Amino acid sequence: MAKPIITVENVSKRYRIGLKEQVDDSVGGAIMSILKSPFNNFKKLRNLTSFDKDDEAGVFWALRDVSFQLKQGDVLGVIGKNGAGKSTLLKVLSRITPPTTGHIEINGRVSSLLEVGTGFHQDLTGRENVYLNGTILGMKRKEIEKKFDEIVAFSGIEKFIDTPVKRYSSGMTVRLAFAVAAHLEPDIMIIDEVLAVGDAEFQKKCLGKMQDVSEHGRTVLFVSHNMQAMQSLCNKSIMLENGKLKMEGRTDEVINFYLSKHSANQVEKVWDSIDTADGNELIRMRAARISKTDGTGSDVFYVNSDLNFEFEFWNLEDGSMINLSIVLNTIKGETIFNALSAAKRISKGVHRIVFYVPGNLLNDDVYSIDLYFVKNTTDVIFRLESAISFEVHDIPRETGWYGKWIGAVRPILKTDYLEID
Amino acid sequence: MQTEITARKKWQFLDGRDLREVIHYKDLLYMLVVRDINVLYKQTILGFAWAIVKPLFQALIFTVIFGYLAGMANKMQGNIPYIVFTFAGLVPWTYFATAITGSTGSLIANTQFLTKVYFPRIIIPLTPILSKMVDFVVSLVALIILILAYGIAIPPTIIYLPIVLILLVLTTFGMGLWLSAMAIQYRDVQQLMQFLVPILMYMAPVVLPLAVFLKMKPWVVTVLSFYPMTGIVEGFRVCMVGGDMPWHILLYGSITTFIILFTGIIFFRAKEDFFADVV
Repeated sequence: MAKPIITVENVSKRYRIGLKEQVDDSVGGAIMSILKSPFNNFKKLRNLTSFDKDDEAGVFWALRDVSFQLKQGDVLGVIGKNGAGKSTLLKVLSRITPPTTGHIEINGRVSSLLEVGTGFHQDLTGRENVYLNGTILGMKRKEIEKKFDEIVAFSGIEKFIDTPVKRYSSGMTVRLAFAVAAHLEPDIMIIDEVLAVGDAEFQKKCLGKMQDVSEHGRTVLFVSHNMQAMQSLCNKSIMLENGKLKMEGRTDEVINFYLSKHSANQVEKVWDSIDTADGNELIRMRAARISKTDGTGSDVFYVNSDLNFEFEFWNLEDGSMINLSIVLNTIKGETIFNALSAAKRISKGVHRIVFYVPGNLLNDDVYSIDLYFVKNTTDVIFRLESAISFEVHDIPRETGWYGKWIGAVRPILKTDYLEID
Repeated sequence: MQTEITARKKWQFLDGRDLREVIHYKDLLYMLVVRDINVLYKQTILGFAWAIVKPLFQALIFTVIFGYLAGMANKMQGNIPYIVFTFAGLVPWTYFATAITGSTGSLIANTQFLTKVYFPRIIIPLTPILSKMVDFVVSLVALIILILAYGIAIPPTIIYLPIVLILLVLTTFGMGLWLSAMAIQYRDVQQLMQFLVPILMYMAPVVLPLAVFLKMKPWVVTVLSFYPMTGIVEGFRVCMVGGDMPWHILLYGSITTFIILFTGIIFFRAKEDFFADVV
């Protein structure tokens, strides 16, 4: 078996977090604290780099006992919520900050791209910045000279290459900066969320370039919130949670696990007692539930999943004519649709209404449902806003484009494609 | 290329690996120096003439205050006009003052490097040490013109100039390492520089001739001999306008220089890992 190109062993990183300042409530106390503040400030600043044994209160472990190995050609996705330790891991691997304990061995030249355009200077021209940024990223001047035309062509701003960067639009700066980064040829590349910049077309170009990089046998570590890009670029992934390595494995498995834990899902809501349930003297809620129609798998819903929206309620007035109207809203408040159940004269007791929502209708988004119970098809007798919420995730796509698919809905339409002449 | 990343480095001097790394990044050092030089006088009318105007103006002020008002003009050794005397002191001094100030603030001014990219950190405080040399050379040329304009011959002692300049650069670099590594964690250092630089200037024979210092109490003379800028400023002046090279003062001063430089490298090396955590 080939020697691993990166070995990370029990790496932990400790940071100090700011503790709450104490507030004085008397003039004397305030004067004393001003006099004492230089000593306290000194202690605080010194403590940034030294840790006493007895004050664990102000200490925060950004990474805790993280271990993994990468072979040459691996493309690793790092998944986790904000604050899970992703960026810290990349910083430790990039040698920006040392681990508190643990050991890392890297066999090869590393380039890290934690930011696009580090060291760009506003007063310098595009040309000067290409050289400056290139050397900052570890290239030699000769190397840059050789690739200069290629870099400029990739950025698409040939005309402005001798203009100071301060006259550039922000998009142009990013293009030029990414063009430099894209022409690095390290053995190992560490990339943090660079896809969050630039317009759609440019993102596409960047992802294409990244795919090239990994196909050339280079090892890539990649942090992103774009699950689409992860899914298609990374052959393995790790998930971090509170600084700990929670899961390691194939990218689709890790993403699935991550989504099942961190979806904005509240796919089931049950009201235990009729006395405390939402409702009134006519209607009381009993349960609301979103599930996959085929009953398989976890509570992770994809754009192609068939879904059941299920609502149970107590009807408290015998023989009333009731129907349920549901309004599906996105998290931004746009209404996607309003659907009605049939109206039915029902007896006193518990009833259930199920709406069947076909797959390939909803786009990926976070949704919530408002409920309207209607009597005699005209009077709203009980209204419950945001009764339940759930998230629909994108599925891996075949195309080379990983950005957000636009539109309120996302149907797959039957298409004809004919050669007529 | 193999890299190991572990917890903290020990207190130690640069080893072969560190040096190889600095050499690997020599093009970056070059680009940063070029950046500093290019940016410095951008959008000014005088451009590099500022490198002459700044010390010359200060020399004029000192000539009025110390030369005429305090009557130093007549006490100069060897009939050197006071303005030549003080300008010859200000040329190395201005280099020292601007390079040390730039070096001290260099890490703070470049926090984006510290938090976003790895390269040997020592390059950052080294950059102003090198880039300010351009100003130094420009003002050195101006000094030579001034000397010739006053009809003074360039003395044979000019052959010692390289020794003085090497000591000047090493002293500045050593102090830059100490001060920059402290300033990134304790910003007070930057505030202190406002007082420290003028105090250090009056401790060196920039506005007053060395003879005035030598008449002070013996312990003061001893302390000032170990202050590297005493020998460097006086030595530089002797190289340019003649006189006796202050060899033993230069020797004492260089002891301090090497101690500062050696400990500065060790201190900087121990602190550099944590720069990203303290900014």
